[in-house]
Amino acid sequence: MIGFLTAIGRWTRETIANTGYAARVLFAIVRSSGGLLRRFRLVTTQIHFIGNYSLLLIAVSGLFVGFVLGLQGYYTLNKYGSEQALGLLVALSLTRELGPVVTALLFAGRAGTSLTAEIGLMKAGEQLSAMEMMAVNPLQRVLAPRFWAGVIAMPILAAIFSAVGIFGGYIVGVQMIGVDEGAFWSQMQGGVDVWNDVLNGVLKSIVFGIAVTFIAVYQGYQSQPTPEGVARATTRTVVTASLSVLWLDFLLTALMFS
Amino acid sequence: MSNLVEIRDLHFRYGERPILSALDMEFPRGKVIAVMGGSGSGKTTVLRLIGGQLTPQAGSVTVKGERVDPSNVRALYAMRRKMGMLFQHGALFTDMSVFDNVAFPLREHTDLPEELIRDLVLMKLHTVGLRNAAELKPSEISGGMARRVALARTIALDPELIMYDEPFAGLDPISMGMTANLIRKLNDALGSTTILVSHDVQESFLIADYVYFLSKGAIVAQGTPAEMMASADPYVKQFVHAEPDGPVPFHYPGKSLAEDLGLGARP
Repeated sequence: MIGFLTAIGRWTRETIANTGYAARVLFAIVRSSGGLLRRFRLVTTQIHFIGNYSLLLIAVSGLFVGFVLGLQGYYTLNKYGSEQALGLLVALSLTRELGPVVTALLFAGRAGTSLTAEIGLMKAGEQLSAMEMMAVNPLQRVLAPRFWAGVIAMPILAAIFSAVGIFGGYIVGVQMIGVDEGAFWSQMQGGVDVWNDVLNGVLKSIVFGIAVTFIAVYQGYQSQPTPEGVARATTRTVVTASLSVLWLDFLLTALMFS
Repeated sequence: MSNLVEIRDLHFRYGERPILSALDMEFPRGKVIAVMGGSGSGKTTVLRLIGGQLTPQAGSVTVKGERVDPSNVRALYAMRRKMGMLFQHGALFTDMSVFDNVAFPLREHTDLPEELIRDLVLMKLHTVGLRNAAELKPSEISGGMARRVALARTIALDPELIMYDEPFAGLDPISMGMTANLIRKLNDALGSTTILVSHDVQESFLIADYVYFLSKGAIVAQGTPAEMMASADPYVKQFVHAEPDGPVPFHYPGKSLAEDLGLGARP
C-alpha cells in the first residue's frame, strides 16, 4: 500500500515538474522568436517542408471523408426528406469539427513524427551540442522556426482538408446520388456562418497547430540521444498530440458553441 | 595573464556518482595541452565544463579571467564565440553541404556579405585540404574528411581556444597523422590555445606541449611528453606502453569469480 502511494506521489511530482519544464521551453521558444522576423526564410523553408510532408495525405483523406459524409449524410437526411440540406451538413461538419480535428491528427502522425525524429537525431548526432558550442541557441535556430511553421501550416492544411472534403461530398451527393446541385450549394451558403463556423474552425486549427507542433519539437528536444530514445519520443509525440487534440477539441467546442 | 583557461578545485558528479574531484589545471596561451586517460576517466567532462555545457558542484573554471557560468546564458554565449569545439564524430549538420556547414558560424555571427563568406569558407576548406569537396553532403564524405570539415567549421571564426574531443578516434593512420599535423599548425597559425582530449599516445605526444593524465576524475601525472615517456609512475607507464594489466585493472571492480560461481559458500 505504501509502495502504491509512493508511486502515485512520484508520478504526480514528475508530471508537475515535466509540465513546468515544458511550459518554460515553450516560453523560451516564443521569447527567442523575435529574431525570426529578420530571418523569416527559416520559417518559410520549414512551412514548405512540413506542407510537402502532409499535403497529399491531407488532401486524399479530406476527399474520402467528404465521400463518407456525403453517403452517410444522405442516408440519414433522406429518412426525414431533408436531403437538400446535404451540402449544409457536409460543410458544417467539416469546417466546425472534422477539418481541424482530422487534419491535426494526420499532421501529428505525419509531420509531427518527422519533426520529433529529426530533432532527436540531431541531438543524438551532437548537432545541437555543436550549435550550442558555436554560441547558437538551438531553441532559436532549430525549434522556433519549426514551431511557427507548424502553427502557420495547420490552418492552411485544415482549410485544404475542408475544401477537398466538401468537393468529395459534392461528388457523392450531387454527381452520384443526384441531390439537387442548386440546393446543395445554396443551403450551404445560407447556413454556414463565416464568424461562428468558419472562423471558429480556423481558431481551433491554430490551437491544434500550437499543441501538436510544440509537442513534436519538445519530444525531439527532450529525447534520449539513442535510437531507442528517439523511437520512444516519436511514439510519445503521436500519443500525446492525439489525446491533446481530442481534449482541446472538447474544451474549445464547449467554449465556442455553448 | 599567461593562462587562457584555469580550473580550480573542481568537483563534479552525475547524481551520486563522482566524476571529477579536486581538479586543478592550467592551460597557458598559445600551447597545445593534451588531457589523457582511459575511458571514463572524466576527460570529456572537463571539456564540457570549460564549454559551460555542465555546471560543477564546487570549484571554478575561468576563461580569460572570466568565470564560466552556465546560468548566465548571455555571458556564456559571448564567451563561446571565442571558443571552438571539435566533437568526436564531427557533428556536422547533415541537411547542409560541406560549404554551408563551414559558413554556418559566419552567417550566424557576422553580417558579412555572401561573397566574402564564400572566400572565407573556401580558405578554411583549403586549409584542411577539402576545398574541392565544398558542394558535397556530409553523407558523401568519409569519417576522416567529416572530421576535417568539422575542424574547418571550428576555426571559421578564428577562436582563441580550440577544444578537441577524441579527434583521432576511428581514423586510419594517414588521416590520423594529417589531423594531428593540422591541429598543431592551426594552433600556431591562429595563435590560439588548444585543449586536446585523447587516448592516442603517439599522436598526442607528437604535438602536445604539456600533458595531464586523468584517472577516476583526478590528475595522476602531468608534465611534458618527454617527461611522461620517461615516467616511472605505474599508471603512466601502463598507459604510455599500452600494458594490459596494472593500476587500471582488466576486470571491472566487483565480486570475485569464485563468489559469483558460489564456490566460496560451499562447505
